[in-house]
Amino acid sequence: MKVLMFGWELPPKNSGGLGVACFNLAKALGRSAKILFVLPKVLEVKKENFDILFANTNIKVKTVNSSLFSYATCRQYSKNILKINLNGFYGSTLFEEVARYGKLAKKIAEEEKFDIIHAHDWLSFLAGIEAKRISKKPLVVHVHATEFDRTGGQGVNPVVYQIEKRGMEEADKVIAVSNLTKKIIVEKYNIDENKVKVVYNAHEEKEIKKHKKLLKDVFLKPIVIFVGRITIQKGPDYFLEAAKKCLEYDKNIMFVMAGSGDMQNQIMQKAAFLGIADNFLFSGFLRGEDLERLYQSADLFVMPSLSEPFGLTVLEAIQNGTPVLISKQTGVGENLVHCLKTDFWDTEDMAAKILSVIKYKELRNCLLENSKKDLKKFSWLKAAGQCLDIYKKLLQK
Amino acid sequence: MPSVCFYFQVHQPKRIKKYPIFSIGKDHNYFNDNSDTDLNNERVFKKVANKCYLPTNNLILSLLKKYPEFKVSYSLSGIFLEQAEEYCPEVLRSFYQLAQTGQVEFLAETYYHSLACLYCEDEFKTQVNMHKKLIKEFFNLEPRVFRNTELIYNNNIAKFAKDMGFEAVLTEGVDDILGWRSPNFVYKPKGTNIKLLLKNYRLSDDIAFRFSSRDWEEWPLTAEKFASWISAYNGNGEVINLFMDYETFGEHQWEDTGIFHFLEKLPEEILKHKDNNFKTPSEVASSFYPKDDIDVTRHISWADVERDLSAWRSNAMQYAALDKLYSLKNAVFKTKDKDIIADWRRLQTSDHFYYMCTKWFADGDVHKYFNPYQTPYDAFICYMNVLNDLKLRIQQA
Repeated sequence: MKVLMFGWELPPKNSGGLGVACFNLAKALGRSAKILFVLPKVLEVKKENFDILFANTNIKVKTVNSSLFSYATCRQYSKNILKINLNGFYGSTLFEEVARYGKLAKKIAEEEKFDIIHAHDWLSFLAGIEAKRISKKPLVVHVHATEFDRTGGQGVNPVVYQIEKRGMEEADKVIAVSNLTKKIIVEKYNIDENKVKVVYNAHEEKEIKKHKKLLKDVFLKPIVIFVGRITIQKGPDYFLEAAKKCLEYDKNIMFVMAGSGDMQNQIMQKAAFLGIADNFLFSGFLRGEDLERLYQSADLFVMPSLSEPFGLTVLEAIQNGTPVLISKQTGVGENLVHCLKTDFWDTEDMAAKILSVIKYKELRNCLLENSKKDLKKFSWLKAAGQCLDIYKKLLQK
Repeated sequence: MPSVCFYFQVHQPKRIKKYPIFSIGKDHNYFNDNSDTDLNNERVFKKVANKCYLPTNNLILSLLKKYPEFKVSYSLSGIFLEQAEEYCPEVLRSFYQLAQTGQVEFLAETYYHSLACLYCEDEFKTQVNMHKKLIKEFFNLEPRVFRNTELIYNNNIAKFAKDMGFEAVLTEGVDDILGWRSPNFVYKPKGTNIKLLLKNYRLSDDIAFRFSSRDWEEWPLTAEKFASWISAYNGNGEVINLFMDYETFGEHQWEDTGIFHFLEKLPEEILKHKDNNFKTPSEVASSFYPKDDIDVTRHISWADVERDLSAWRSNAMQYAALDKLYSLKNAVFKTKDKDIIADWRRLQTSDHFYYMCTKWFADGDVHKYFNPYQTPYDAFICYMNVLNDLKLRIQQA
């Protein structure tokens, strides 16, 4: 079986969980299927060797000259494109570029041989639809996040919504990363629930190195972390408010926010305004060992997302030995028993739970010990197996 | 023969309300939740009264009148009777009516349905005496047979019961304790001259757990079929001990499963065989000689598949909570404050620790079903916060 897969980013050039998820899923699928992974990418002088990235001859990566980048908003795109679009080669708006990526897919669909098309998130949906039109092969769209998640339900961009909806409608099967996402797909996009299948993401199964020289050795006080884009979807302002409440009760806690995003300045200013800047730090976007160090330093990882389709960092935190407190609106929580949950808006409850984990060491130890068992429920091989089942059923039709 | 010996456990804990860390030092009412959740003790009590206590008592009363040979026994925890008096006096009245028939025996237990036997013999004894006094006060009866919380038992508890003047003790018919022996005889604990009645857990659980299970090959269970299983023990068993939670009738097994109809037909079907009869625990104790000595050095109970203490004491949170609770004992009594002593005792009820259990596998579903908290971690947080408030009260008293 050969899969034509449309994505938008791969590590290490990823800006969030989507790239990690696509990479690991493709890697696991590569064990039993051939994958042609198509990636939008601005042509650069230095060419990355994606074949080395996957180290599997079953997987080929084909880059398409496009200026799309993940988590793009229209404004960011317009700002970025001025820097690179010197000769007007790329679309001047995000939507023009998404459409252009779609058209480029036509060429690939005509030239390549494949049995099934698998497209990740809205930026690649038009490409998926175009490939299906040319090849008449079944299309699977994989929804890692919807416009409702990204915008916190406020200011849903109608064009993005239309592209997402069209992708889901024209697809032969829709994969959702959680039941939470499935519910949005069914309710907000009017897709038949039987057409939507939930396939959970997973963590990369690897030996985690125990790092030395951790932040906690410097601060000598409990550390509570937020890891994610500093944007409305992730609820950074709720984390800040909870931190304020905790610090009123107990000054001996350090809060660290790792990530960057459109709300970063706002949150920084607010932290200063609230008078908690000394106990509320910003580390910027971290990856790799730096991120592992932060996880391993922390007493608690908090994910206060308003709407989190899955939440890969939750599994990463657990993998690094950090217990988690997540919002009830977090997809991965559907399959996690050994964690604390709260409503993202209930900062009083969030603060009370943060303080409890710090105060009662048995709570922290039990959460940690048991949450590692929870990790076993997630596996990329299992996710790949579920995708293969979907492909096979579609091909039988 | 055989004799059928029914014992129903009747208990409702006083659940701790959602008690965040911020309430410590400010709120000394731990049990007054008034939400529409299962933490609202009054709400739960009234719900179970209507689904189980009132209709089942009614049915049992009519059966006792219809069949003078029919007999049953109850153990009503003190904390249950307290709540019956406060929330639903008609429940108390209906038990009083049952007591008046002379066909019902009431057993002794700890007033607070506690684990005091594991921590403090003085306190254990005090609570058993408190319970005896309460049964005398409400029903004008003196219990002659002892059942410890959740049938927790070992050689020492048998000796304790003997020293307290009881004629018999009830416990679980645990396989490895019995070895090749059958639970359907009376035994004697090693080293103590008291009668030991062992639960026939297969037949008991056929009613309590499997009755409505459609996966069970014997479903649907009729009174006729069950009576035939009892009669089959003719000649190779003297007593069939059917021990179960009273909430089996109408609460765990809902009315629409046909459980009431089953109960209604059961005495008639059992009595159809002229060698069968009904006996209360003290009648069993005085009718049969012990067949053998039973040696129990570890603690056994009727809880979970392990039938040990692990439901209340298997993780660090449970140990920490119990240790902290009992470490307050001397300080509590020193205050001579009635409210502080009563609250300390209410915090001893075994259910508080059951809710903190993290053994989710095998019995996980049962724990989840009976847990009014979202997670064991939430149960622990509320409990520890309350203990810290109690500690402050002790210091201020």
